[in-house]
Amino acid sequence: MTWTWFHRLASPPYIYALAARLTPWFAWPAGLCILAGLWGGLVLAPPDYQQGDGFRILYVHAPSAWMSLMVYTTMAIAAAIGLIWRMKVAHAVAASCAPIGASFTFAALVTGALWGEPMWGTYWEWDPRLTSELVLLFLYLGYMGLRAGIEDPQRADRASAVLAVVGVVNVPIIHYSVTWWNSLHQAPSVMRLAKPAMPLAMVTPLLLMLLGFTLLFVALLLTRLRGEVLARERAASWIREVVSA
Amino acid sequence: MSSSESHAAHALGPVAASAARTEEGAPAARPTSAVEAARLALLRDLQLAFRKRSQLVQPLAFFAMVTLLFPLAISPELARLRELAPGVLWVAALLASLLALEFLFRDDAHDGTLEQYALSGQSLTALMFAKTLAHWLLTGLPLAVMAPLAALSLGVAPAALPGIVVAVAVGSVTLSLIGSIGAALTLGIKRSGALLSLLTLPLSLPVLIFGARATQLAIHGAPFLAPLELLGALAVLGITLAPLAAAAAVRISLE
Repeated sequence: MTWTWFHRLASPPYIYALAARLTPWFAWPAGLCILAGLWGGLVLAPPDYQQGDGFRILYVHAPSAWMSLMVYTTMAIAAAIGLIWRMKVAHAVAASCAPIGASFTFAALVTGALWGEPMWGTYWEWDPRLTSELVLLFLYLGYMGLRAGIEDPQRADRASAVLAVVGVVNVPIIHYSVTWWNSLHQAPSVMRLAKPAMPLAMVTPLLLMLLGFTLLFVALLLTRLRGEVLARERAASWIREVVSA
Repeated sequence: MSSSESHAAHALGPVAASAARTEEGAPAARPTSAVEAARLALLRDLQLAFRKRSQLVQPLAFFAMVTLLFPLAISPELARLRELAPGVLWVAALLASLLALEFLFRDDAHDGTLEQYALSGQSLTALMFAKTLAHWLLTGLPLAVMAPLAALSLGVAPAALPGIVVAVAVGSVTLSLIGSIGAALTLGIKRSGALLSLLTLPLSLPVLIFGARATQLAIHGAPFLAPLELLGALAVLGITLAPLAAAAAVRISLE
């Protein structure tokens, strides 16, 4: 097995061109999936027998929450690769992930709060999933704060990579301790009643939205990565060729 | 006093220093083992701390001060305070241990001791563990000893005090370990206090949850072994992994 493809990924000009070439292949399908998912979720799907039309916020909330965790995992894996193989591009990927992940987390929190109002009668409930989502937001903010706080870029990369790896070990512990804490203090809320299997007309748009959000993340990541590579390599000669072209 | 300190610092260093410690007739130049190096680092930290006693007292005074804020802010009724006591005690302990983190690496980073540790050829992980252990002995354990006083002032019955001491003692081990990672990561950053709290507090939430739960059960006279065991599990996990991460973070900060 040859490792050339892996080694080529470490070259900034190559990754810059690759990201530029790949972005439309993710951006367009993402747009299509999200449009189709929204159409299916907001128009075609039947109202929920318990929550009426209120449940439709699920189509934004669940994919955002899913992405918030997936982006963190991606970030930690990229950070670990950067730490182990000292690969600068991997650190650039991790750096590009953080603001995207924080935005998805924020979106999940806001939609969760908006959903809570009709369901629980209050915008904020100390629901275990919302609470762990809030903690995740702080983990993202800490990561970005540490990165911004260290002036030397290489040290910033490596220190924040250690933090990302420590964080990803802790995310499940935090999640389960919060779930455990909550189950002591209140009876299970509406949300956690055993759900009857969702009808296909409800599930299909959700899967489309999940796919669309994942593709959107990749497209956003590739775009941010190009900016990150440009900023990091601003002294390199290949940049001049790219910019003048 | 100062001679033993420099002696301890020396013995950590290259192999030559340990030769001085071998008894006459013993084969010379036996390299210092990792355990021995960690023991010396621990003793050195303890000795230095006892020369600056005010630094030791400050987190404790802070802990007492935060505890005082709650009766003033909420109500002097002991019945209500007793309900709030677990939360008050643990939030105060968390903040006090956060405050004390500043002392963990700062002086050693300033005077170059950390660099000597990193260059000594000894396992930096073992040395980090020793430093964190010293930090816990100097801040976590005193907090645990002081927690009963704060608890009594909040109307907690004396029967609950042993449980509270054990919970704070075990929980603060993990707090020190998580804090050592945060402190090591923020070593080179000026005015890092707010950032340090943003890094360490989210990771400390499980300790807060299980610690407060154990305290609450102890106050109600219920068996509190289950949350205490979970605190112990967190401490074991922390002892296993945190010194590795702290050592990696120190190396990065020294680059």
